[in-house]
Amino acid sequence: MSVTLSHQIGERRPAGTENVVLEVHNLKVYYTTPTGDVRAVDDVSFEIREGEIVGLVGESGCGKTTTAMAILRLVQSPGRIVGGQILLDGQDLVRLNERELREIRWTRISLIPQGAMNSLNPVMRIKDQIGDAIETHEGRLPRKELQERILKLLAMVGLPSRVYHMYPHELSGGMKQRVCIAMAIVLNPTLVIADEPTSALDVVVQRVVGETLLEVKNRLGVSMILIGHDMGLMAQLVDRIAVMYAGRLVELSDVYSLFKEPLHPYTQLLIESIPSIKERKPLKLTEGLTHDLRNPPPGCIFQLRCPHVTDKCREVVPPLLEVQPHRRVACHLYYDV
Amino acid sequence: MAGLTPRYVLRRLGMFVLTVWLGATIIFIIPRLAPGDPVAAMVSRLMAQAGYIENSAEIIAAWRARFGLDGPIWVQYLAYLRNMVMLDMGYSLSSFPSQVDEMIADALPWTVGLLSVSTLLSFLIGNTIGALMGWPRVPAWIRALLPTTLTFTSIPFFMLGILLVYVFAYELRWFPPTGAYGRGLSPGWNWPFIKSLAQHGVLPVMSIVVTSMGFWALGMRGMIITNQGEDYMILAEAKGLRPSRVFLQYGIRNSILPQVTALALSLGGIAGGSTLVEYIFAYPGMGYLLYQGIVNTDYTLIQGIVFMLILGTATAVLILDLLLPILDPRISYER
Ligand SMILES: Nc1ncnc2c1ncn2[C@@H]1O[C@H](COP(=O)(O)OP(=O)(O)OP(=O)(O)O)[C@@H](O)[C@H]1O
Ligand SMILES: [Mg+2]
Repeated sequence: MSVTLSHQIGERRPAGTENVVLEVHNLKVYYTTPTGDVRAVDDVSFEIREGEIVGLVGESGCGKTTTAMAILRLVQSPGRIVGGQILLDGQDLVRLNERELREIRWTRISLIPQGAMNSLNPVMRIKDQIGDAIETHEGRLPRKELQERILKLLAMVGLPSRVYHMYPHELSGGMKQRVCIAMAIVLNPTLVIADEPTSALDVVVQRVVGETLLEVKNRLGVSMILIGHDMGLMAQLVDRIAVMYAGRLVELSDVYSLFKEPLHPYTQLLIESIPSIKERKPLKLTEGLTHDLRNPPPGCIFQLRCPHVTDKCREVVPPLLEVQPHRRVACHLYYDV
Repeated sequence: MAGLTPRYVLRRLGMFVLTVWLGATIIFIIPRLAPGDPVAAMVSRLMAQAGYIENSAEIIAAWRARFGLDGPIWVQYLAYLRNMVMLDMGYSLSSFPSQVDEMIADALPWTVGLLSVSTLLSFLIGNTIGALMGWPRVPAWIRALLPTTLTFTSIPFFMLGILLVYVFAYELRWFPPTGAYGRGLSPGWNWPFIKSLAQHGVLPVMSIVVTSMGFWALGMRGMIITNQGEDYMILAEAKGLRPSRVFLQYGIRNSILPQVTALALSLGGIAGGSTLVEYIFAYPGMGYLLYQGIVNTDYTLIQGIVFMLILGTATAVLILDLLLPILDPRISYER
């Protein structure tokens, strides 16, 4: 299969039929360390369309949270955005100043953080933590109106109204997680980034939270980036999946095709190692063979673990190209550049 | 969430009584374990001054009876407890026939005035400096300058006190060197007295504040920095809140809690006075009184002051227990 470079996502423009809300072009986020830069996100490009959920998967440390925080321009020191564009409805977030960013945060992009357990301020009541997001962006509101709005929101994510007056420590983990979901949609944002919203929860609560997310998406029509490693949950919730490996996007595909016929060798290993109830499968990924993120090898990022590695893989970085309709992969097996 | 229940208040009061009783018992026992007899020591000191005193044995016996030191130990103990409850601390050994409680009543207001003002000032200034030092949004040059304000923390405060007296009292003559108020003024709510009180207070307050605010600043800085990495701080920023709100409501509000506990304890310790500062500035407070008590081996006076210290600390802890659950919702009135 051969594909021309113009299909690369970096140069692809929205087709016009589907509204693209977020475009990330060649994003690079590095963490400065005494022994060199950690390339946590390296040349990542993708787009999010209106009303879709895109799953972002990959093993721990591959750069999912860093990507999410970069989109919110909240990369924590010593990290920094080194290059790339983050276009929200055409406006480049990388170029905005502090004040402009504050206006966009939460009104346009909100976050369901990875550590929902510790993401609520322990000394403030839930109503005040949701209320301050509303009032910061919409100005002071009459008490009654504010209360009605927050109560409606809590009901929507399936929380009882008594939560309104409570402090975070009085809530269970699942309830805190749902407070975070409620908080994320309070201003009706264009895009919600949910960073592993169900990890650290037990299986039953995971389901409930997953359903809550789906409900929210269906009712509000927001776009969502759903980060996680749980392929099962992904299969249920998302429209498309982006697979990350060591700071790079290696595959981006609609969820159905990806599960049916994963293209990238890493995705194949990932899918194969999903545990099933009927049979126990050994984890195919070999540990310890991954390179140091500070010093990536020339060529493909996956070469050390790849069963199909060739000489070309050790020399040329495979670009993320569209090889089938709506399917992009970064692997020399599928094209000849 | 449970509010302040009578049960909780009663239990805290019980703890308070228990603490004070234990403290009182210890200060009853300790002098009696020490070798030597304070009354005999005093009489022999008088003899040394006056040459020879007739019937010294009878005098000693009479005084022992006067101070209640002649009965069996448990009788002494019960009498002692009863007296302490009524804040009757007996006669001073060194300045008989002054009553210890009267001496304390004279000294306490000065000390409380001086130390509460300086402790609160130090708390406010120190925590502000510390918070600014730890907050990344504060311009770097300000954060670089702030630590210089803490230079004096490493100087013992009596040294700073002496320095201040020399510069501001003797060289510049801006403030009076010693005392709590000017000679010839009578304490009361009148302008000349209050003005004089404030003038006399400046140097001692300054020496305490300047040397102790570093303690608050470093504690606060550490708390603020630890707090930075908390997930709720990142979420607060993601919400697009104004930096001032993130700083106050999310940063300071969470960092101040351990500082408040420390503040309560230092306020509780005020009753003991600040001996060195009061000595240097000849301030007529508890610290000065304690100094006199120690110099004159005045057991009853020392006992009285230490008892006040215990009472003050226990009261501070009691108030803290009643207030903390309001400041920190995670602490409930249940426990
Ligand atoms: N403060 C930091 N300093 C140096 N390196 C960092 C720092 N924070 C993250 N990294 C590195 O950046 C890479 C990406 O981290 P990130 O948190 O984005 O991973 P993740 O995919 O979200 O992982 P997880 O699934 O465990 O949440 C990791 O290799 C990590 O070691
Ligand atoms: Mg993460």
